Amino acid sequence: MSWPVTEDALQALGNEVVTSGTGAIAGFHLAYGELTLTAPANRIVEALTQLRDQFGFHQLIDLCGVDYPERAQRFDVVYHLLSMTKNRRIRIKVQTDEDTPVPTVTGVYPCADWFEREAFDMYGIFFEGHPDLRRILTDYGFHGHPLRKDFPMTGYVELRYDDELKRVVYEPVKSVEYRNWDFLSPWEGAEYVLPGDEKAEAK
Amino acid sequence: MADDASNPVAIPETPVRKFNINFGPQHPAAHGVLRLVLELDGEVVERVDPHVGLLHRGTEKLMEYRTYLQNIPYFDRLDYVAPMNQEHAFCLAIEKLLGVDVPIRGSIIRVMFSEIGRILNHLLNVTTQAMDVGALTPPLWGFEEREKLMVFYERACGARLHANYFRPGGVHQDLPDALVQDIGDWAVAFERPLSDIDKLITGNRIFKQRNVDIGVVSREEAINWGFSGVMVRGSGIAWDLRRSQPYECYDDFEFDIPLGVNGDCYDRYLCRMEEMRQSAKIIIQCAERLKKTPGPVLTEDNKYAPPRRGEMKRSMEALIHHFKLYTEGFRTPPGEVYACVEAPKGEFGVFVVSDGTNKPYRCKIRAPGYPHLMAMDWLNRGHMLADVSAILGSLDIVFGEIDR
Repeated sequence: MSWPVTEDALQALGNEVVTSGTGAIAGFHLAYGELTLTAPANRIVEALTQLRDQFGFHQLIDLCGVDYPERAQRFDVVYHLLSMTKNRRIRIKVQTDEDTPVPTVTGVYPCADWFEREAFDMYGIFFEGHPDLRRILTDYGFHGHPLRKDFPMTGYVELRYDDELKRVVYEPVKSVEYRNWDFLSPWEGAEYVLPGDEKAEAK
Repeated sequence: MADDASNPVAIPETPVRKFNINFGPQHPAAHGVLRLVLELDGEVVERVDPHVGLLHRGTEKLMEYRTYLQNIPYFDRLDYVAPMNQEHAFCLAIEKLLGVDVPIRGSIIRVMFSEIGRILNHLLNVTTQAMDVGALTPPLWGFEEREKLMVFYERACGARLHANYFRPGGVHQDLPDALVQDIGDWAVAFERPLSDIDKLITGNRIFKQRNVDIGVVSREEAINWGFSGVMVRGSGIAWDLRRSQPYECYDDFEFDIPLGVNGDCYDRYLCRMEEMRQSAKIIIQCAERLKKTPGPVLTEDNKYAPPRRGEMKRSMEALIHHFKLYTEGFRTPPGEVYACVEAPKGEFGVFVVSDGTNKPYRCKIRAPGYPHLMAMDWLNRGHMLADVSAILGSLDIVFGEIDR
């Protein structure tokens, strides 16, 4: 199988996947030579089973969350699949929010186990039916979901060794704030009022 | 013996207690900070619960707050055994977003250092795996060669370990001719220390007893559990991204992909040994080609790569480009890309979501060790406690990339 895959071949594959299914895969688009499918969250198990059994995508390479806080359904759950026999990669995305669980795909791909735990840990996305949905990467007793956009980069607590107590203690973060430079050029139209330019609006 | 049934000797019922043992986080065979909670029935492992995340540094979160160029050094710190291979994946992802081409000389240098990284990694893994099962000499021999490779790293980029050498569009600096010559010479001479290690371990009775038929992974299991790299090749699946989905200029090189047969720890060890020979072969070819291929090593497009220092002394435009690149950085068009390389441990992928600014909106790092470690539970069931370290060694785990 040739690599890289041509756009036409991906287009054909996308068409085939969407039309042959029972609606579990809603649509597709091509970008940067990669095929992205979209699916409704509650039918993801069906969609992945179909991709695995009919189209030979036997491997789940990656599963991760993406946070878009301005959306009503703020989370994307992104699955990357690989077919070694057809030599194709695809991506399938579903959307969910903080409260709606996504059905677990551990039944389709057993390796989704830790990936889903990580997505839960980092974003607080719930996976319904997951056998063991514990935190995985963060510390024991950690609060919050660090990769959410509304979680500060510095976190809320910091850790140090207390010589009197002879153990490590958690304390609120005291370190200075990270200077996150804004590179939006004011000449191209900043969406906020420039400092000192407050009166300009009044005219 | 006839009266045994009629007059049984009363053996008191001994209550059988299962042991729960903490393996690590401070254990030399845990290859870093892994805490394994083992449930043992006598000496037989019944359940393994790996607790990871003790080295979690929040790399993905940090990356969302830094420009693309500032993010490259984070990739050195993931799999710190083969730093440049990680950078490679990230650079490929950015190049895919930007549509930047890499000059041929830069591409060859990248391949050469990726293969050096592969040897760095396999030398460490193979020899420490031997150490996990009781051999002390191999790490000493292997680390001597690793030391030489790290000196090559240093001569190329100034750092022995955390290179920050690959850039979107090429590599940061050109290699001096003497270095290319030395790397080529080293790769030729590498056959000797490698065959020394080979002689020391491969036929060794104890090494075989500890590794043959231990941790067997079938083809189906390897696919179902998302394995990649040596973990699938050890089970006999001919899959190597360098050949099946070639990136960079791997198509131009001649090398073979070794495959295992039985999928046990020993076959994986053999695969790694052979891969080192193949990598040395690629390095020799690279060195030959580099001598004949002059030219730029970084894209000339100054929107993405800084102008050369000499140019900046004369040209105002070059100075502006330099200033913009190192303050604001470049902006990527919005979209999502996934780029992966055949890292020494398997498929190392980077999923970048760009929102059109100078920082990645989201960057997911797909570490090959993550699904491999996930398999610890079923791989170890029914094995003896002493096999845990042998299996762990052959999975090739580095916590920098798993915990991120």
